[in-house]
Amino acid sequence: MTRIPFLKNPGVRVMNLSEDLLQIENLTTSFKIAGQYYAAVDDVTLTVKKNEILAIVGESGSGKSALAFSIMGLHTKARIEGKVNYKGQDIVQMSPGMLNKVRGKEMSMIFQDPLAALNPLMIIGSQIEEVLLLHDTTLSKKQRKEKVLDLLAKVGIPRPEHTYHQYPYELSGGMRQRVIIAIAIANGPQLLLADEPTTALDVTIQLQILELLRKLKNDMRAGIILITHDLGVVSEMADRVAVMYAGQIVEIADIYTLTSNPQHPYTRSLFNSIPTVKEVKSRLHVIQGIVPSLKNLPRTGCRFAARTPWIDASAHEDNPQLHEIAPGHFVRCTCYKHFHFPESAEEAGTDGIA
Amino acid sequence: MWKIIVRRLLIMIPQVFLLSILVFLMAKAMPGDALTGMLDPNIDPAAIEAMRERLGLNDPWYIQYWNWISNAVQGDLGQSFNFKMPVTELIGQRLMNTVWLSLVTLVLTYLIAIPLGIISGRFNDTWGDRLITGYTYVGFAAPLFIVALLMLWMFGFYFSWFPTGGSVAPGEVPGTFSYLLSKLYHMLLPALSIALITTVGTVQYLRNEIIDMKQKDFILTARAKGASESRVYNRHILRNSLLPIAAFFGYELTGLIGGTIFVESIFSYPGMGQLFLGSIVIRDFTVVTALVLLYGIATIIGSLLSDIILSIVDPRIRIK
Repeated sequence: MTRIPFLKNPGVRVMNLSEDLLQIENLTTSFKIAGQYYAAVDDVTLTVKKNEILAIVGESGSGKSALAFSIMGLHTKARIEGKVNYKGQDIVQMSPGMLNKVRGKEMSMIFQDPLAALNPLMIIGSQIEEVLLLHDTTLSKKQRKEKVLDLLAKVGIPRPEHTYHQYPYELSGGMRQRVIIAIAIANGPQLLLADEPTTALDVTIQLQILELLRKLKNDMRAGIILITHDLGVVSEMADRVAVMYAGQIVEIADIYTLTSNPQHPYTRSLFNSIPTVKEVKSRLHVIQGIVPSLKNLPRTGCRFAARTPWIDASAHEDNPQLHEIAPGHFVRCTCYKHFHFPESAEEAGTDGIA
Repeated sequence: MWKIIVRRLLIMIPQVFLLSILVFLMAKAMPGDALTGMLDPNIDPAAIEAMRERLGLNDPWYIQYWNWISNAVQGDLGQSFNFKMPVTELIGQRLMNTVWLSLVTLVLTYLIAIPLGIISGRFNDTWGDRLITGYTYVGFAAPLFIVALLMLWMFGFYFSWFPTGGSVAPGEVPGTFSYLLSKLYHMLLPALSIALITTVGTVQYLRNEIIDMKQKDFILTARAKGASESRVYNRHILRNSLLPIAAFFGYELTGLIGGTIFVESIFSYPGMGQLFLGSIVIRDFTVVTALVLLYGIATIIGSLLSDIILSIVDPRIRIK
């Protein structure tokens, strides 16, 4: 039941059972709203292996970015519980000084909006040099500049020497994203977090940036966490996929399993929402409703139940757990066994707004 | 860069010309003239009328304006009726006093505003921030002339820490170091009074800029690079937050030159403001028009100064 027409030459990606790079254990990230804490990331357990692209998929508000920020320790006003083990050290417990030694060197992040992610008052060269300077004080000024020019060439900037002296406003979105990637890979990190790296770019540039990321991953043998809501990007790039809904992981599998045999109702609904040219449908399937706001999240029972009202309540678990239904393929809650897409009569009149 | 400055200065000429007509007409529109009420009521009204005729006060406005402006461009702004001396000489004495007072005030304003703004913005919603924000609200609410009077009474009269009038102690010889010190000493209290009040706008502006800047994406980039908190603040947040304040420097300065009027009167500080108020009261037209013109020119130069500063500090704005 492959519904992904854009899955190209799947044989290129080789599964490798290499060692774990990052282990996230029971991570819960909560934000304070009106004096009370609400979990945006709720009890997430994940591992990232070396030389692997792990995609995290979900709608806006499902906690993907909050998870990435927790891994980087970038939250300033959140309560973080659980463990993020990186090379035997727990990032959650790390002191700010230690964290600053890890960030930008061992792990780095690529942000969503390249137009806003560069300091408008600094030339491109100094912005890349800064990350070199922060982690290696032995380099001379000249060596640093050479390294920056190398990096700019590596990320595909045509005239490094010229761009070095330019300000961010003089570059296009795609070029700026390349600069941000250059900053991220400057110190050869083991782990790269890409938070919707292509969302703000137009489609032709998206592809170039994704190609670049894949090439860099293969060069550096780094692990990449790719956060996206674009299933096209996922099937192009990922080795494994974690589907997040309302702060929880609802399904994890490798890319082939997930695209050919998605189980959780949410995953199936996501795939079913992709418009295709093969089937002529009178209307596009939409998932009813929206992700509830952080404050109004149901904390008991299956969180997706509210958006599949035609499924009987007895299909859900009282306390949904992740079940390993095949090696490496986990699905939360039992409702997947009873899930079916609604008849048009059941869906009619809602227009996707519950 | 130089081209644009020259061009801006050339554009200034018609602006100043228009301003001078307006100023002249408005000064003339004031009821009375320099001879009203100034002379012994026993003098024959016919003699006063003859005097008016002789001084050209009965001519149509455009002739009077022409006479005034043709002299003014040659640097002769006429005679003060009251002080019986050339206006240029009269203003010259006062101008430097006011410019120095404004500069000292500006330095004090930034000395207060920048640290307070940084503390308040960086540690927003703490007790320190609440205290500083509280002060800014009081500063906005308190009228400058009340604060100046209070300062004068408290530090000038009650504690006698500062002189209560004048711009320099009598007997000091111009050019000596003690003369300079005495000048500064006389300036300090009026400057502090103005600074304490005018600084609150800058404090709030800086606070808001910093709080706004903290949430920008490029700050996340800096943190993700592994930059320490202090580096994030000093290198990334502060410079961006100070941009608008640097850009306001020119306006701020000219605003002060025109804005010291009340304070100069309260502290009997011999600056342009004090002269201005006095001249209006006694209808000393030549002085009033000259001063308004000067304030106008200062404003135009101030905006030019602001544009130049902004183009230097912000790479996105280059004037070509």
